[in-house]
Amino acid sequence: MKRIYVNEKWCLGCHLCEYYCAFANSGKSSMVKALKDHKIAPRIRIEERDGISFAVNCRHCTDPLCVKGCISGALTIVDGAVQIDSDKCVGCYTCILSCPYGALSTSNEGAIQKCELCMKNAFGQPLCVQGCPNKAIVYEER
Amino acid sequence: MAIDFLYPQYEVVRNYDRCIACRACERQCANEVHFYDPEFQKMMADESKCVACHRCVSLCPTRALKIVKTDHTFKANANWTGKAISEVYRQAGTGGVLLSSMGNPEPYPIYWDKMLINASQVTNPSIDPLREPMETRTFLGKKPGKVERDRDGRLVPNLSPQLELNVPVMFSAMSYGSISYNAHASLARAACALGTYYNTGEGGLHQDFYQYGPHTIVQVASGRFGVHKEYLEAGAAIEIKMGQGAKPGIGGHLPGHKVGPDISRTRMIPEGTDAISPAPHHDIYSIEDLRQLVFSLKEATAYKKPVMVKIAAVHNVAAIASGVARSGADIICIDGYRGGTGAAPTRIRDNVGIPIELALAAVDQRLRDEGIRDQVSVVVGGSIRNSADLLKAIALGADACYIATAALLALGCHLCRSCQTGKCNWGIATQRPELVKRLNPEIGAQRLINLVTAWDHELKEMMGGMGINSIEALRGNRLMLRGIGLTQKELDILGIKHAGE
Repeated sequence: MKRIYVNEKWCLGCHLCEYYCAFANSGKSSMVKALKDHKIAPRIRIEERDGISFAVNCRHCTDPLCVKGCISGALTIVDGAVQIDSDKCVGCYTCILSCPYGALSTSNEGAIQKCELCMKNAFGQPLCVQGCPNKAIVYEER
Repeated sequence: MAIDFLYPQYEVVRNYDRCIACRACERQCANEVHFYDPEFQKMMADESKCVACHRCVSLCPTRALKIVKTDHTFKANANWTGKAISEVYRQAGTGGVLLSSMGNPEPYPIYWDKMLINASQVTNPSIDPLREPMETRTFLGKKPGKVERDRDGRLVPNLSPQLELNVPVMFSAMSYGSISYNAHASLARAACALGTYYNTGEGGLHQDFYQYGPHTIVQVASGRFGVHKEYLEAGAAIEIKMGQGAKPGIGGHLPGHKVGPDISRTRMIPEGTDAISPAPHHDIYSIEDLRQLVFSLKEATAYKKPVMVKIAAVHNVAAIASGVARSGADIICIDGYRGGTGAAPTRIRDNVGIPIELALAAVDQRLRDEGIRDQVSVVVGGSIRNSADLLKAIALGADACYIATAALLALGCHLCRSCQTGKCNWGIATQRPELVKRLNPEIGAQRLINLVTAWDHELKEMMGGMGINSIEALRGNRLMLRGIGLTQKELDILGIKHAGE
């Protein structure tokens, strides 16, 4: 299955992936409309310290702790990707506590949010990958 | 002091309707132009630091930025231009030599743009390169003057070592030091994939790049940095650098702060010391001395590799090239006055040397007149900007061309001409690790491959149109060129007729 991989060696720490992510999941037609005067809550986050930086988002684990821990069946694996059914989510946040990568977070719409590989939005493929200026984030089969 | 104040050359224009304050511009600017002001809650800019490299413009996700030349002006004066006045102020304030980078930007004539290419009509068929054979492969090196046979009539293989180029384009010398590790890696990988060569410049060859040796030209320059037996043996050819188009007659200077552990090891000099290349080779004061070095290098590599000699295009270039041809060099490289550099005194870059077009025509003619053209191949560089320049150079007599500025542009360079500051935002002319990593060689190599492949396609199209299907048939074929808007003297030097003739 194609997954998003990050290569810390080429990450510039420009944080553009965060903005592309926030735009992709905003449902708006332009980045300006989506993000102007907004504090963004992206599903991908740059971790950085001492000149090292890399992007972190859902790893779409083969045996995901978040899915195991989900008490309402809101998190499921669809074609290898971990997806949320917001209608089922009861907001217990067990998934947020159990994810070792910190890849899930609370959301303003529905109870939680996580990277769903842009499968459910208008782009159909991860916009963070397209927006990365240095191929530090790639979407590929490994 | 107020007297030293110069109004910034460029202005950062930000469209606040579009700016989302993502701060990518701030994070990407090594010159620290952009910053976020928490009080105003918006992005601001200090344009006095801007070098117009366009890194911020290219990365801005909402296209909110542009850089414009300021319209702030001195009182108009055709003689004392704003540039001339500002330079006097800068020198009066510092007492220093003005430094610049990349090629001569002054408005001298560009002869490439004053030559037109021929095409076939009716009487000689043009060739469609997509349907018929068309070869842009070429070989560089000394060609045998005659066919030799032994007593039994068998051919004696007397061919000197040759460089095989799949396309008549090579990447010219840029040292590790003047450009980054990742820029070198991009050039090396692209040269391998394209079946051509890149050149180490005078900074030695990084241990990691020995694997690209068969597509590497190793340079020996006046500083002899990084030269040892394995280095000479690693390359496909050895180039002796006598001069550089951007700064003929002077040497080079890599400041100590750029000489980190890696460069120190590669150049074989202590860390943090200035790497100074003398203006002349201290052991070369004549063609005979040059001949000694040529043959020393041939001896050291068992006569298996062609030796190239690179000279700058200067006034007496034809006579110099004739001497170089007689020194035993297999390939002569001529670098025109538009050729780039990582740093040169402005006055030298902008005033010394001659156009490569005239130098090439003069050298090719001189070598032909003396009957020694076959003894050497001629490679030219110094602002080959596109495939038409390349074709015209070959038609004027070049065997192949060197490109460097065009190659750096492919890697992202925006010709801001600030290489000497070492703060290249595109990760090319810098040694700062956080900037070097901005150039991912995977992207860089692919872009170089794309560029040269595109030029090769265009070259084939143009050659086909002329009814020519090989580089050999194009080389020195000056009847395929016509001048436009040139004086008789210029036409005579170029050895071409005027359009309409």
